[in-house]
Amino acid sequence: MKRRLFALLMAAILVFSLAACSGGSDATEPAGTEAAGGTEAAEGTEAAGGETTGTIKVGMVTDVGGINDQSFNQSSWEGLQRAQEELGIDPVYVESHQDSEYATNIESLIDADCDLIICVGYMLADATREAAEMYPDQKFAIIDDNSNADLPNVACLMFEQEQASYLVGIVAGMMTESNTVGFVLGQSTGPMNEFGYGYVDGVLSTNPDATVLQYNANAFGDAGLGKTAAKDMITNGADVIYHAAGGTGAGVIEACAEDGVWAIGVDSDQNHLAPETVVTSAMKRVDNASYDIAKAVLEGTYTPGEHVYSLEDGGVDIAPTTTLLPDDVLAAVETAKQQIIDGEIVVPATQEEFEEKYGPDVYQLDPESAE
Amino acid sequence: MSKNKSIFQSHVFLTLIAIVVAFLVGALFLGIMGYNPITVYTTLISGIFSRPRYLAYSVVYATPLIFVGLSVAFSFKTGVFNIGAEGQFVVGSMAACIVGIFVDAPPIIHVPLCFLAAAVAGAVWGSIVSFMKIKWGINEVLSMIMFNWIAFYLSNYLVENPAIHSDGTAEATKNVADSARILLPESLRAVLAPTSNYGILIAIVFVVIVYIIIEKTTLGYEMKAVGYNKNAAEYAGIGVNKAILTAMAISGALAGMGGAVQLLGMGQRISLFAGQEGFGFEGISVALIGASNPIGVFFSGMFYGALKYGGSKLNLIQAPSEIVDVITGTIVFFIAISHVFKVVRRKKKEVS
Repeated sequence: MKRRLFALLMAAILVFSLAACSGGSDATEPAGTEAAGGTEAAEGTEAAGGETTGTIKVGMVTDVGGINDQSFNQSSWEGLQRAQEELGIDPVYVESHQDSEYATNIESLIDADCDLIICVGYMLADATREAAEMYPDQKFAIIDDNSNADLPNVACLMFEQEQASYLVGIVAGMMTESNTVGFVLGQSTGPMNEFGYGYVDGVLSTNPDATVLQYNANAFGDAGLGKTAAKDMITNGADVIYHAAGGTGAGVIEACAEDGVWAIGVDSDQNHLAPETVVTSAMKRVDNASYDIAKAVLEGTYTPGEHVYSLEDGGVDIAPTTTLLPDDVLAAVETAKQQIIDGEIVVPATQEEFEEKYGPDVYQLDPESAE
Repeated sequence: MSKNKSIFQSHVFLTLIAIVVAFLVGALFLGIMGYNPITVYTTLISGIFSRPRYLAYSVVYATPLIFVGLSVAFSFKTGVFNIGAEGQFVVGSMAACIVGIFVDAPPIIHVPLCFLAAAVAGAVWGSIVSFMKIKWGINEVLSMIMFNWIAFYLSNYLVENPAIHSDGTAEATKNVADSARILLPESLRAVLAPTSNYGILIAIVFVVIVYIIIEKTTLGYEMKAVGYNKNAAEYAGIGVNKAILTAMAISGALAGMGGAVQLLGMGQRISLFAGQEGFGFEGISVALIGASNPIGVFFSGMFYGALKYGGSKLNLIQAPSEIVDVITGTIVFFIAISHVFKVVRRKKKEVS
């Protein structure tokens, strides 16, 4: 019996090793996964061994959302992949699964001799500061954080997300028939609320009588909660709902599609999620920012400090898909866009700026107003 | 059963076989996905062993897992499946965080105080569940899973509290006071890793304590009796309910201290969770791989921690770090299968 068991195990090992060998031989074939293609895997391996001259290695640390988060981690990585195709840089990423791993992962990239390390998200601010102070010759970039702007080796990539939100707010304000629109937020933080201030301002600028139903889901990955929140808003009369809530927003779009009301996407052009429902999206071109900073390091024009991306330079924008937008709405958006670029309209980005314009009760998701 | 067990029947041997098979299965998956398994495993192994700092990091990653592994292993002995270790871990780190931030004391008092708070919080969290099971017969697996989520949102609620929230931009608590940290002296950390800490020594102490409780005390004997056969234990005059309550309290305390060791050693703050961090679930794998034996748990915790750290580097060669989960999952799977073999064999013997 004992011998038979042993033989069985050995047989299993043989089978597996055979399979592993045959699998190994076609390792160069494309993997077909979108985030990490097989051809890149081969290149990555090569570069891990020795430095190739004339190119740079760019490392990226994700936050706990991971590389396929449909949000800024993914977008930033897409920017680096584009830089790989067009500029020949060598990008790598490390995924963080827990908050405590940021420092370790940054260190792994330093060990891998990266010329630039991009930290995605304000959650990495402290870890970035520590690493930047410890390794003054290492170039860093961080997305959505400007607390490290004082350091000589950190570029802070910031976005005027309230401007794009303002534009989709105009769309919502003009397209609503019930005079009730909705907004689902992923988390009530400074940068996240910029989406809300801009949106509400945009809605009210074209439709002062509109009601904006607001909900803080306090989650970026809970599609079920997003759906419930959106259904609730639809029951209360909302016929356009904007989300700034990552994966939670997928539920918002689903609810809108089911009930035949408009949804507005965020970060990237989300029209492909529901082509008849997602009327527009507020784009945040994290990919462009990552691409630009990698290019700057490659060309030797890297500068630390704050880099602000706005409507003017295409860092934020309204989605290119406009098939669902009536001409008058599109015209109003284009006008507003130009006015923002020219400085005729200043969109509020902070609680103070917003309350100065509308008073304390209009926007309900401020962290303090929860008390 | 004969006393001289053959090498093929020993847990250690079966576990090693399971590990080898798991790496082969991992290689199979890598091959299918178009990666060269040899390159991936070379990166994994050099990511763990090629520098002293990497080894030190592996130990740092392993420490909380040893605690949670001990917690789950301890509850297994009584036949309770502590799937709630995740929640106990979270409340443990919450308690340690509160004490670590608001109490001002010299390290010699501050650190034990943090651990005590974490142990009590974890014990209470575990005891509520076992109390409900005993009092009202509520299925402990269900309530533990729900308690994991209660702990999860409680922690997020805590982080949002202005008194404890970070002054910076991060959605996290303030950092715990330096006097509560368990870091090794600066000179040693320069050689090892920046977050190398005393946690591993504390873990070893608890491995010994748990071993003694299980093997050398009446409580341990009673717990094991309840685990083997509840009715027989009751017939023999053992207080089954009391044994389960005690076991869950100790199990919870161990998981809670795991939270403390992670916070005071490596994390230094609690961030707003976007999803469960999963220490508790990793602890279940650690306990299973370690055959619920405290010493086995120590080694399987080290193994798991090293894989977890080394696995994070697989991204560097564009390979999926999830392959580590495939490997550990397969190990657990094959260990479970080996138990099936044993049962089948025993049945056959009984028949013949």
